[in-house]
Amino acid sequence: MNNTLALTPTLREKLNQICANYPVQRAALLPALHLIQETYGFITLEAEREVAEYFSIPLADVREVMTFYTLFHSKPAGACHIQICRTLSCDLRGAQKLISHLQEKLGIQSGETSADQKFSLSVVECLGACEIAPMAKVGKEFIGPLTIEKLDEMVESCSQ
Amino acid sequence: MTQKLISRFFEPPYAITLEHYSYEAAKKAFVQMRPQAIEAEVKKSNLRGLGGAGFNCAMKWSFVPRNTGKPIYLVVNADEGEPGTFKDKYILTYAPHLLIEGIMIAAFAVGIHKAYVYIRGEYEQPFLNLKCAVEEAYQNGFLGKNILGTQFDLDVVIHRGAGAYICGEETGLLESLEGKKGYPRLKPPFPAIVGLFGCPTVINNVETLSYLPFIIQNGGEWFAALGTEKNGGMRLFSVSGHVERPGVYELPLGIPLRKIIFEYAGGVCGGRKLKAVVPGGLSAAILTADEIDVKMDFDSLRAAGTMGGSGGIIVLDETTCMVEALQVTMRFYAHESCGQCSPCREGTGWIYRILNRIVSHHGRLEDIKNLTDIGMFLGGTTICALADGAQMTFLSYLKKFRREFEAFIQNKEMACQH
Ligand SMILES: Cc1cc2nc3c(=O)[nH]c(=O)nc-3n(C[C@H](O)[C@H](O)[C@H](O)COP(=O)(O)O)c2cc1C
Ligand code: FES
Repeated sequence: MNNTLALTPTLREKLNQICANYPVQRAALLPALHLIQETYGFITLEAEREVAEYFSIPLADVREVMTFYTLFHSKPAGACHIQICRTLSCDLRGAQKLISHLQEKLGIQSGETSADQKFSLSVVECLGACEIAPMAKVGKEFIGPLTIEKLDEMVESCSQ
Repeated sequence: MTQKLISRFFEPPYAITLEHYSYEAAKKAFVQMRPQAIEAEVKKSNLRGLGGAGFNCAMKWSFVPRNTGKPIYLVVNADEGEPGTFKDKYILTYAPHLLIEGIMIAAFAVGIHKAYVYIRGEYEQPFLNLKCAVEEAYQNGFLGKNILGTQFDLDVVIHRGAGAYICGEETGLLESLEGKKGYPRLKPPFPAIVGLFGCPTVINNVETLSYLPFIIQNGGEWFAALGTEKNGGMRLFSVSGHVERPGVYELPLGIPLRKIIFEYAGGVCGGRKLKAVVPGGLSAAILTADEIDVKMDFDSLRAAGTMGGSGGIIVLDETTCMVEALQVTMRFYAHESCGQCSPCREGTGWIYRILNRIVSHHGRLEDIKNLTDIGMFLGGTTICALADGAQMTFLSYLKKFRREFEAFIQNKEMACQH
């Protein structure tokens, strides 16, 4: 057991401020989870417990929200998180080939992280960037139109 | 080229900072106009909701009770999840001040003092741009207390989503905003009466609100005249798929689909032939190549058996395997169904599994009948319209490309092109 708190006094203070934006405290639950994930990269069960306690709600309620939304992670992601889109506009422009290529190259499937902790891969639905299809989100950035060469370059530069 | 309204800000100098944006319409609205006069202009403008449903904006506002003693909330739908749609991202990224001005005008008209912008979690740069713009607006007296020297106060809070298509549905969004999973609510009561935190709530899409400054500046009649009889103004069409120039095109409602594809988006890639078009986001019924003279307003598209939806146009060329395109499409709904209603949760998954079987060459001819049967009970039986959208697009493929499905099942050698 780790006895350092996820909700440090500083984060608690930030969270108090966020809560002031809402007439009902519970509304700050998603912002709270975002805050923790931004700080630590992922959300541990211990952190979930602290959040449940902060909001005075059952842990199950926090779990339910954690698992309903795809952006919250309970495990650390790789240094480079690649979210590659598979929906129609990207598919029409060859996403499937790129996805297979990436899976092979990184040796991981969607939802996995490479053994060296460098890459995480998520195959996702439309990211709202179909004008640059086929596309992926790498870190915070949208990149496309992708080709196999561009993907290779990107993986190369992330490996360093 | 037709004129540009919102999209003029998609090029430099943009409307990202106040250096390039001066809130003239808000000044006019707050200083020279009464709230009732603003509502009257919006009514005259025939502005329709541009998030998906195309509901008349002024009419939606008119449902909101004004003197219940409870606060009224404005919820801005910036969740932009409908596949094939990316226009709100442009507004959030390049013209956040225009959106804030639209929020101010809507709030002033309806008597709202708190607005929440629910922005899709994956939109990080757009979120940052909006956040900076909101801070700048506060610092310069466009938000906060006593705005523009009036007694009017307005706060804007940006709330990030966390990756769930269903949270674009307005009541799923409200649940999510209240800190829960995004299960849509039974209606009635409608959000106008019982919405966020149990209070009357206006929910509008980013683009809908971003047209308000133009309506205030130039008048409702001017805006109405840009479109068709009941579909005022213009909208931002997101064009993607097999076109030479994918992108956002701001064009009058009622423009023929053919014109958008061939004149604005540069035609089909590599000069290939057109096969089909999804005209209003993934959930809209697909159109065949000979149906593209349809006018792109909400009413004409409905009459053609499809919908204007979110304005996302996805173009499919002659090389597209419709069986695979439908498989990819239905995979989306199977993945995004929130699981609350059985017909949707089970139906979308069931359909996807059968399509998988067909694509992997284990299909049987009776699969088409089974698919049709499952498709028939998918819509009209659920709490929200996700299943209706899935049904609309699904049945349209089966109906318009049935031969291709049959041929694919019968001819085991047939393969998808990519
Ligand atoms: C499954 C589903 C997803 C939706 N997603 C969005 C969305 O991402 N953005 C949006 O503005 N509207 C979306 N809508 C429509 C909203 O429910 C609502 O009609 C809209 O936000 C109202 O704003 P408007 O009248 O200004 O268009 C969706 C509807 C459904 C049924
Ligand atoms: S389909 Fe890939 S970003 Fe929209």
